[in-house]
Amino acid sequence: MKRFALWAPLAIFALLFAVVASGLFRPAEKVVRSAMVGKPLPDFALPAMVPGKPGLTSASFRQGRPRLLNVFASWCIPCIAEAPQLMRLKAMGVPIDAIAIRDTAPAIGGFLRRNGDPYERIGSDRASQVQLALGSSGVPETFVIDGRGIVVKQIIGDIRPENVADIVQAVKDAR
Amino acid sequence: MRGANQVPLPLAGGVRGGASRVSPTARASHALPRPLPRAGGEVLAALLLCISPAFAQPVTPPARYANVQLADPAKEASARALMETLRCLVCQGQSIADSDADMAADMRALVRERIERGEKPASIRDWLIARYGDYVTYDPPLSGLTWPLWLAPILLLGSGGWIARSSFRRRTR
Repeated sequence: MKRFALWAPLAIFALLFAVVASGLFRPAEKVVRSAMVGKPLPDFALPAMVPGKPGLTSASFRQGRPRLLNVFASWCIPCIAEAPQLMRLKAMGVPIDAIAIRDTAPAIGGFLRRNGDPYERIGSDRASQVQLALGSSGVPETFVIDGRGIVVKQIIGDIRPENVADIVQAVKDAR
Repeated sequence: MRGANQVPLPLAGGVRGGASRVSPTARASHALPRPLPRAGGEVLAALLLCISPAFAQPVTPPARYANVQLADPAKEASARALMETLRCLVCQGQSIADSDADMAADMRALVRERIERGEKPASIRDWLIARYGDYVTYDPPLSGLTWPLWLAPILLLGSGGWIARSSFRRRTR
């Protein structure tokens, strides 16, 4: 018993050391997922981002058909990387709307000219307030919204070619 | 994010800024640029220009209340107290009060605007927790997962008191 009492502090120190060291060598790179998955899309109404394309309201996600909601920006480099995948999804008949974060009409216009325009509507979120309401923590992010306006899936980061099939499936399942 | 909105800089290899959307471990290979066309210098130079970090900043200025205090000192104090308990989602070790990330600025604007409108700090915190989970606050609510945080100090104090009591007793004996 005495022996145990003698070594216990060292053992506790070693344990603590191991915990701290493991945190040091394997830093937590945490992706913050939205807690809105499974919940209704928050109400919002965003003005049009570019001339000739309507703005975006939450009501347009309650019309019986699943849609993608893409959160993007002209100043976001991974958004360029995912553009071909969005164009493919559009070609496969998946309707896509977007929220442009803290952007300007000329910058978005240029982005769409360079990278293609898969969007039916683009809302302008000038102060990221709708992005925060969605529980989105960066760009790009994509949400699958079912026909009743419920968020069913969140894709964090750029959509890779290998993610496209999953997204099409999620859209089908949301029907 | 905007920090996050931040963007992994592809040429920098495994960038691990808070903003990096691409986990260096899981997706390291994707974070690297596709093989460059052999056009040589100009293409690379043009690419490097596009990839300057300045390019990954929002093109609009931050909202008014991101960096401006509320006129009423009492309201500003309660906004400030709340901001210090909210985690910046981009630089995840910092509070939104401390962080320079663009998303933290947007969150400060949200907090100040709602306090200005008379909303209670607790309800703003709950609103954010409903969106981002408990992770967004440094003052997590008591739950099945977090009860040790509250119980452990009491247990440690208790066991410390017990050890102290027994060692004092030995001495007086």
